[in-house]
Amino acid sequence: MTCRDFIDFLEGYTSGTLSLKEQAIFYFHLSLCQHCARYLNSYQKTMQIGKAVLTPTEDPVPAEVPEDLIKAILAARPKTA
Amino acid sequence: MCGHRPNLSHYGTLSGVNLTDQSPAHQSPQHIDEAALLAGLRAGDQDAYETLVRAYSGRLLAVTRRLLRIEEDARDAVQDAFLSAFRALPTFEEGSLLSTWLHRIAVNAALMKLRTRRRKPEDSIEDLLPKYLENGHREDGHRGNPTKPWQEPTALLERQETRTLVRECIDRLPETYRTVLLLRDIEELDTEETAHLIGISPNAVKIRLHRARQALRTLIDPHFREEQT
Repeated sequence: MTCRDFIDFLEGYTSGTLSLKEQAIFYFHLSLCQHCARYLNSYQKTMQIGKAVLTPTEDPVPAEVPEDLIKAILAARPKTA
Repeated sequence: MCGHRPNLSHYGTLSGVNLTDQSPAHQSPQHIDEAALLAGLRAGDQDAYETLVRAYSGRLLAVTRRLLRIEEDARDAVQDAFLSAFRALPTFEEGSLLSTWLHRIAVNAALMKLRTRRRKPEDSIEDLLPKYLENGHREDGHRGNPTKPWQEPTALLERQETRTLVRECIDRLPETYRTVLLLRDIEELDTEETAHLIGISPNAVKIRLHRARQALRTLIDPHFREEQT
């Protein structure tokens, strides 16, 4: 396995879709290549960082929804049957 | 009636709906009885509609803001989402969560809005992906400087300037990649659903997601290396 192959396997590795054979090849390369080990670590941290920055706790529900927007939506609600 | 607020005793308490509630957009607002609310909507109760809009519009606006970034477009998408939801209410399946259903509709409305924006040529993502030698090994690895280790991001992420910087890096991703990254990693849609909403194959979603993560990694790399401490 080359470093290019290793990087191509990363999505499968993080989503848990690598076959057992692919996992064995992946881990073998990982044990030999410090560069790819560090790349994997930073790739996983990138996922963690992206989530941390954009999940609702960091991107809160707006405290105020503009009243004119709410009124515009309500104006389109179906009339009582 | 000006200033009218529905009596929400049947559906929960609007005063108890915490509009700064931090739970994800696809979870129910606190204090809302979804089953009662759904029954009210199906009965055509106008107060039920108002409860729905007031309780969920904030979290849907957060979703459309993330995807669209332009406030006017985000508000338009929320309005479109509710109109779609009103029309689709008769087909809402028992046992589903209103919050999850509305979240998907809002994502779809935002994607529709993205499609109607005038298409600009996207910057190539290639420059942000790892480079390889002909033998498949990294041109900056093995023979050159290996990738620098990263520090644990937790402490860095406590700083507002770091979070702002990461957001800016996400916004620098080409739109088609940024959208997939948000849908899969942030809005937590699965590959099949993302593929369906965007109109590409599941395999193309996987490829775009992987490339988006790699590109984001390249962009934030200088700020998370251990040598930065």
